[in-house]
Amino acid sequence: MSGSPGGVNRLGQGIEAMQSPTTASTPGRPRSFARLIWWFVFIAGVVYFILPLLGTFVFSMRAIPTFSAYTDIMGDPLFFSSLAYSFTVGIITIIVSIALMVPTAFWVRLRMPRARPIVEFITLLPFVVPPIVLVFGLISTYSHPPLPFTYTDIGSSALLVAGYVILSFPYMYRAVDTGLRSMDIQALTEASQSLGAGWLRTLATIILPNLRVALLSGAFLTLAIVVGEFTMANFLARPAFAPYLSNLSSSAPYQQAAVALVSFGLTWIAMGFIAILGRGSRTRVTVTGAR
Amino acid sequence: MTGTAMPLNAQGAPMARPGRRRFNLTFLGLVPFAIFSTLFLLIPTSYLIVGSFLDSQGSVTLQNYAGLTDPVPINAYVTSIEISFVTALAGGVFGFLMAYTVISGGLPGPFRSGLMTFSGVASNFAGVPLALAFVFTIGRTGLLTTFLAGIGIYPYENGFSLYSKLGLEIVYFYFQLPLMILIIAPAIDGLKKEWREASENMGASSAQFWRYVALPVLMPSLLGSMILLFGNAFGAQATAYQLTGGFINIVPILIGNQLTGDVLHNVGLGYALAMGMVAILGVTLVAYSFLQRRSERWLR
Repeated sequence: MSGSPGGVNRLGQGIEAMQSPTTASTPGRPRSFARLIWWFVFIAGVVYFILPLLGTFVFSMRAIPTFSAYTDIMGDPLFFSSLAYSFTVGIITIIVSIALMVPTAFWVRLRMPRARPIVEFITLLPFVVPPIVLVFGLISTYSHPPLPFTYTDIGSSALLVAGYVILSFPYMYRAVDTGLRSMDIQALTEASQSLGAGWLRTLATIILPNLRVALLSGAFLTLAIVVGEFTMANFLARPAFAPYLSNLSSSAPYQQAAVALVSFGLTWIAMGFIAILGRGSRTRVTVTGAR
Repeated sequence: MTGTAMPLNAQGAPMARPGRRRFNLTFLGLVPFAIFSTLFLLIPTSYLIVGSFLDSQGSVTLQNYAGLTDPVPINAYVTSIEISFVTALAGGVFGFLMAYTVISGGLPGPFRSGLMTFSGVASNFAGVPLALAFVFTIGRTGLLTTFLAGIGIYPYENGFSLYSKLGLEIVYFYFQLPLMILIIAPAIDGLKKEWREASENMGASSAQFWRYVALPVLMPSLLGSMILLFGNAFGAQATAYQLTGGFINIVPILIGNQLTGDVLHNVGLGYALAMGMVAILGVTLVAYSFLQRRSERWLR
């Protein structure tokens, strides 16, 4: 098996591979057997994914009369008030997060590249400080003078927003930074300022519109996370959606199943928007922290 | 970058004035971010660090850390690490297989975008609703449990419980699997078709291709992704709280108990527990970024 025969053999295989570029491997049974395994893996995964959703749906339909679980939650004022509270908190979180992250990432790129390692380090910290630890720290720090946030409802809600903004740091900063990389901010800023625009105007009318895909993706992700977040809202005793869902408890099991499905649907809608936005762009923000 | 920023500094920036003042003003752009992170991330974290070294009278002590070696905290760390490790490994292996299936396994194209979008949803479908979905499915009266009872299989009579460590692992797997699919997909995309063709041209079998080409190239990404999954499960609190009502002894639940003043109320121990958690997650992040850099060598 040495010398030219092997060489010819290899050459022959090479030509064969070139002649059929789509299936560049051994044809016949091994290939279709492999495909069967791949199908099996895929179907097993899909079944595992779908079963809990199906289980929840079937459970919600056990309520008598049919669909009464859904009509019940429609008549529950707490359902709407908790949802409204979580959406409000989510939107404020998005505004604060964008207002913080866009100027910061812009400034780091344009004027202070030396600060990049520090900013990146801080925006990665939420991976090391999970929600349970962060809320522990926030409550320990701000439940007494000089800054007694937790003494009032509005203070606790502000603390919750602050916590969510921190949780949004890793993906928001990365999304904005990737978005900035894809445009020539140097030229854009010079052009804008040579026409007489100040820093704020440049940011608001030039940089922000160019970042809209990245920012909208980040915004929808934030909304999905905030509306489903339990740990921080629960420890800060906020009337948010996830604590409401958790407290429905055994007294209203069918309604609880219905609300759980609604929660899944909301996540689905937010992710659908991200998928539509992400089409044709390279900014994908989908990976977040622990819950 | 510094070099190209200079001309703008000199010509374009209205705030830029000659002399020392310009240097000072440059920092102002980062002040809002610095203040916000200091107030709501750095000070609270430092508060926990300092608190972990103080006793209830405010004098310096190592007692809180000594408390970590009691049976309950030790047990919590062991269980947390075990759950995170098992779900990271299982989610990592199976997630890789699923991602490879839709990317290179010869399945029809739309399956890929479908799975990716669904993974985006499922990886964010964690916490309270996820725990509930599993209760309704494999809880005592869940859909699958009643179905199995119909064909004569009774998991709850044979030692299985959803509200146990194994149950929690099954539930965590639901967000670990899609997360793995999302983060490993770019690495699988990076496996160039030419590598397989080249190795086949040289007479390598499929097994040899995997052993000597694909796995070595993918290994840093695979390990890094699994480490990320580990951290993801380690920090999770809501899912376990909802599923077990706070009665499973894992670190996030134990920290929560110190915070609300439940059973073993001891704030100092809570601080030390939190620090242990931060330390472990810190190690995973360092390992992740190291492996991330290694994987970029081949996969761009």
